[in-house]
Amino acid sequence: MNKKNKTWLTLGAAVAFLLLLAVADRFFDAFTLRVFNLCAVYMVLALSLNLLLGFTGLFSLGHAGFMAVGAYTCALLTMSRELKELNFFLTPILPWLRDLSMPFLPALFIAGLVSAFIGFLIAAPALRLRDDYLAIATLGFAEIIRVLITNFQPLTNGAQGLKGLPSYSTTYVVWAAAAVTAAFMVLLMRSSFGRAMKAVKDDEIAAEAMGVNVFRVKVTSFTVSSFFAGVGGALLGHMITTIDPKMFTFTLTYNIILIVVLGGSGSISGSVIASFVVTILMEALRFLDEPMDLLFVRTPGLPGLRMVVFSVFLMAVIIFRQRGLMGNKELSWDSLSRAGLRLRRRAGGEGKEGPNA
Amino acid sequence: MTQALFLQHLANALALGSLYALIAIGYTMVYGILRLINFAHGDVFMLGAYLAFYGLALFALPWWLSLALALFVTAFFGVGLERVAYRPLRDSPRISIMISAIGASFLIENLAVVLFGGRPKGVNVPTILNTVVNFGPVSVLSVSLVIPVCTFVILAVLLWVVNGTKTGMAMRAVSTDIEAARLMGVDVDKVVSFTFGTGSLLAALGGILWSYKYPQLNPLMGMMPGIKCFIAAVIGGIGNIRGAVLGGFLLGFIELMTVAFLPELSGYRDAFAFVLLILVLLVKPTGLLGKNQAEKV
Repeated sequence: MNKKNKTWLTLGAAVAFLLLLAVADRFFDAFTLRVFNLCAVYMVLALSLNLLLGFTGLFSLGHAGFMAVGAYTCALLTMSRELKELNFFLTPILPWLRDLSMPFLPALFIAGLVSAFIGFLIAAPALRLRDDYLAIATLGFAEIIRVLITNFQPLTNGAQGLKGLPSYSTTYVVWAAAAVTAAFMVLLMRSSFGRAMKAVKDDEIAAEAMGVNVFRVKVTSFTVSSFFAGVGGALLGHMITTIDPKMFTFTLTYNIILIVVLGGSGSISGSVIASFVVTILMEALRFLDEPMDLLFVRTPGLPGLRMVVFSVFLMAVIIFRQRGLMGNKELSWDSLSRAGLRLRRRAGGEGKEGPNA
Repeated sequence: MTQALFLQHLANALALGSLYALIAIGYTMVYGILRLINFAHGDVFMLGAYLAFYGLALFALPWWLSLALALFVTAFFGVGLERVAYRPLRDSPRISIMISAIGASFLIENLAVVLFGGRPKGVNVPTILNTVVNFGPVSVLSVSLVIPVCTFVILAVLLWVVNGTKTGMAMRAVSTDIEAARLMGVDVDKVVSFTFGTGSLLAALGGILWSYKYPQLNPLMGMMPGIKCFIAAVIGGIGNIRGAVLGGFLLGFIELMTVAFLPELSGYRDAFAFVLLILVLLVKPTGLLGKNQAEKV
């Protein structure tokens, strides 16, 4: 397939997608639209974790912590003074923060930066550790962040959380964020820095020998990933419009790991597809938690059954099909057209069989 | 702070530290052999506590019988868990087997929510463990005395098994080099199963004693102790049974003493373990009793 065709196809796909967004925004009912937008938020989060897990080979379990930092930063920056006073009725808010209020987009960006900064601070000590120690240390940092948020009332309102955040995470905003994240990841992976990351993942010592500064690559990857995790957390906060420390437990990180592993760690398009699949399934399988009529038996509500299904699903994937949906391959026009050709050949081959035989 | 109050806290810290130590031993044994963080260990702990509870509540067994049965069933559960979730991945990258462990942990937790219900359950503590014992001004529950005794007896038995028996020699061989051990005729699968069985049994015992000391059960009760005990194992030097016990005691003491002496910090209690972990990893990554291992190229 030549380059010109591909450009047209890409443009066409982009226009089709914009149309889909417009249709979704206007005609979907509130619940469907929310699930649809949640796909975008999870996409941002999955892509940011995939940068660590799939591309740099760092097993971080601290994503929820960075999301919390992003969500709280963005919420505190965008809430109006009245709203803050309404929320902080037990302990008054820090005075300099009370009057601070800014539009959503700069706040979102700052949320990402703050999260990235904290990621950077954590990265320096944590990344000296080997893979499984890193997993526990990042889990620990996330937990420390959560405990700090719970206890530092004048800044975060403690366990009560923040309520009534303005719902800025509209369809266009979240999908723009998802698109920017995906584009950024694609460009990053095509750059020499992306290749350095993959080298670090494949063999650290060999990469070091080839002149890659392994530590710097890891720290950068961690910082960038924290940035997007913070942005994703901020988007999530302004979508749900309520945040509290209990929201950002390990379960949240687990959901994102699920998406990355199902999609295939090391594949951007895999993460994109899996964010749709997992988010929609999470909502579609909600009936499992409710009472069911199974012909003769009426089961009582079984909360938790949905997560059982997902856990089994994750384990089946990791045991029987470790590369997930896409492995480390990417979806591109070339691979699509090859798949199309293969299908056509198979269909054509069956047709030809008659006269030739 | 009076001396009596201090002794009171000391007794409590001793009990908590022993519980941490019991669970940490399981982590350290599994890690020593497979280099795997068994994320599901905390959930095995929870399972043990629930099984003992149901033995007592549903089948009206005497408490010691239901305790013994729970230990037995949980040990087998641990062996089965390894066979289903970890053995197929033994030659895969470390990240895969870790993800499988996290998946297993979530599976057990959610299965427990479905089967046992999410609402916390109160535990009927056997009278013999629930009597108050007075030592002058200090009064403790008898269970708080039984726990440290259990831990030290088990430590002694395990040290004998690992250093004095043939199975223990096989364990040490597998932990040094799994391939070489296989070539020398060690049945690696058997050793791994034995390790998981023992580890799960200790986790179950820890869980049951935990439920006697803090008499409430819920499906997520294993999460925090699980992570903390892994940290205890790392602090003591992972792979080292004595280290796990030392780490468990250290963690228990630091946690309770800080809360006792600086009550304004009690909200941060769950963060202590992690701060300690990060400090230890930065200063002495192999833990207090760990040996230095050179990186192989």
